[in-house]
Amino acid sequence: MIVFLLYLVIFGLAYVAYRFWERSRHHIHDFASLKTVTFGDESAVSPNRFASVVSIIALFAIWGAFTGSVITPLHVPGPFVGDTSFTYTARNAAGETDDAVAHLRVYRVGEDVPLPEVSDQPGRFAVDDAVKIGAWRSVLSRLNENDIGGDDPAYAVIAIDGQPIAPGATVRFSDGEITMTNKGSLSIKPDKGWQMEPIWLPAPEAVLSRLGEIASEGYKNFSLWEHLGYSLGRVIAGFVIGSIIGIPLGYAMGLSNWFRGWFDPIVEFMRPVPPLALIPLIIIWFGIGEEGKVILLFLAALWIMTIAARAGVSGVRISKVHAAYSLGASKWQILRHVIVPNSLPEIFTGARVAMGVCWGTVVAAELVAADRGAGMMIVNASKFQLTDIVILGIILIGIIGYGIDILMRMAEKWLVPWKGRG
Amino acid sequence: MGDLVIDTLSMRFDLPNGSSVQALKNVSLELAKGELLAVLGPSGCGKTTLLNIVAGFLAPTDGQVTLNGRKVTGPGPERGMVFQQGALFEWMNVRRNISFGPDMAGRPASETRPVVDNLLRTVGLQDFGEKMIYELSGGMQQRVALARCLANDPDVILMDEPLGALDALTREKMQGLVLKLWKETGKTIILITHSVEEALLLGERLLVMAPRPGRIHKEYRLPFAEMGVGRDLRLVKKEPEFGQRREEILGMIWDMEEEIMGRQEETA
Repeated sequence: MIVFLLYLVIFGLAYVAYRFWERSRHHIHDFASLKTVTFGDESAVSPNRFASVVSIIALFAIWGAFTGSVITPLHVPGPFVGDTSFTYTARNAAGETDDAVAHLRVYRVGEDVPLPEVSDQPGRFAVDDAVKIGAWRSVLSRLNENDIGGDDPAYAVIAIDGQPIAPGATVRFSDGEITMTNKGSLSIKPDKGWQMEPIWLPAPEAVLSRLGEIASEGYKNFSLWEHLGYSLGRVIAGFVIGSIIGIPLGYAMGLSNWFRGWFDPIVEFMRPVPPLALIPLIIIWFGIGEEGKVILLFLAALWIMTIAARAGVSGVRISKVHAAYSLGASKWQILRHVIVPNSLPEIFTGARVAMGVCWGTVVAAELVAADRGAGMMIVNASKFQLTDIVILGIILIGIIGYGIDILMRMAEKWLVPWKGRG
Repeated sequence: MGDLVIDTLSMRFDLPNGSSVQALKNVSLELAKGELLAVLGPSGCGKTTLLNIVAGFLAPTDGQVTLNGRKVTGPGPERGMVFQQGALFEWMNVRRNISFGPDMAGRPASETRPVVDNLLRTVGLQDFGEKMIYELSGGMQQRVALARCLANDPDVILMDEPLGALDALTREKMQGLVLKLWKETGKTIILITHSVEEALLLGERLLVMAPRPGRIHKEYRLPFAEMGVGRDLRLVKKEPEFGQRREEILGMIWDMEEEIMGRQEETA
């Protein structure tokens, strides 16, 4: 919630700052300069690249600020780390009271720190304690355990830093909170601050260093490139086979009543079934090997490509076909020179959708069962709470998916430049 | 010989709801080689149906069409067609669009190339051969469509409102071009239009059709096409006879429209 509000504030401030800067740059504000901008004209809206850059910087700034990263100078308060102490008041069975100090040492998880040192104080029945707590963690402690007569049922801690405490109550000390349980133990919670624990969200540089690590050493017996390469290879194999079968099938459905009638129920039934729903069946039939995954992706791509090719054929203007006939073309020539090229824009649109769906499906399939692949990498890492690998995997999956779409768009521009200009 | 004979054509379309529409009824017509026939009529008079039957895209319910004594049974390269718009192939450049017919017939490129060059010059697109279709304006696209049709050297050219989607200025220029091509090539042309002025300007013969059922209402022989060849068409339009004919035909079509509306109101 705080993060979201902060994001909105950054959004607003960046916008105001940009407008202010732009206004100071253009001094001319006459009618002519205003009427070029028609609010509501969608075609006149293009992404403001300055905003895109600020948006990415803002994301990383928030990420860094909430993880205590080195990439941002400003951080939200982190968890309390270091030494602190509080005084507790105990009452023994005889009704006498005495004070002792609990020395706390809060350390970053993973570091090796000794217990704080405690000096002996002879002549008192409440004895000082030493407690070690990991940052973001809490500790359940019986401070009276080492006190003289402390194991007597009537012995009790009655106050913390002079504030009375009873079972179920919570009091604050200088750097945290203490809750007394019903059994009289103290649950000591040092302040967590606002930063995220690394096992929830690691800092950006931790993710980056993990990238370097698994790029050179690999993860779970396979190099990073093998993991990503296998995922990508499955997608391409499934997509290619799906296209090789789907496109001719779509053409046949677009050109023949019999094919349309025969395959219409199958295609219309399979199209709304999400490929993810097929994963269990595919595993039962083909196991968790490569074969099953390629078949799953083939099925994911097949219906999309079939429908795209069918739409491409149905989309041909009858006047183009008539024109070709009256120029003396044969049926086969019309298919080859008119129907196929005319359907290419539709097929490319379908291919972009299919590649996107396949990429999503392969990651999901690998989440379920795989010995290598991007999805396997993140699901395996999550079992060991290696959140940095999980986040790294998500980022890589996103980058690759985006890259695929950009490549498809470039291919489209190059191969079907007439798209949308018929 | 060289004649296009349309012999008592009838065309009935059966609608899915069980009724049927008589699009054409007993239409007969003969065209000698080199004649330019303009067909005019209110919407629904069957003029496009007539053209599609002559082109071979539709089989008539009754009657037949013969060209040079041979019965028309399907589309063929001897009957070229020019459409209103959108019938060019966007995935080819101008040159390949024009040479589509010869290419499909398997004629060698060396033979086709000079023909295409010549046609590009004729329609005034000599510098646009390598351009893609979507880079051209609407008027230029229709020039390509005309050239593509001529490249196949058909006996008859069928034009289905070829200038209907163009702006007034471009349209006037293109009308001149159609006349020029007609005179230079000596082709038989059937031109469908919904513009009375265009029909008068271009039609050596003019057929006014009436709807429900589609039939020939009246036929004219006009001098304006001959007059207009190589001349400013605006001068032709200023002829007193031109104005007179225009009023006469406009009135005729107006009456037909009134009659249709009236009949619809009665049934409603």
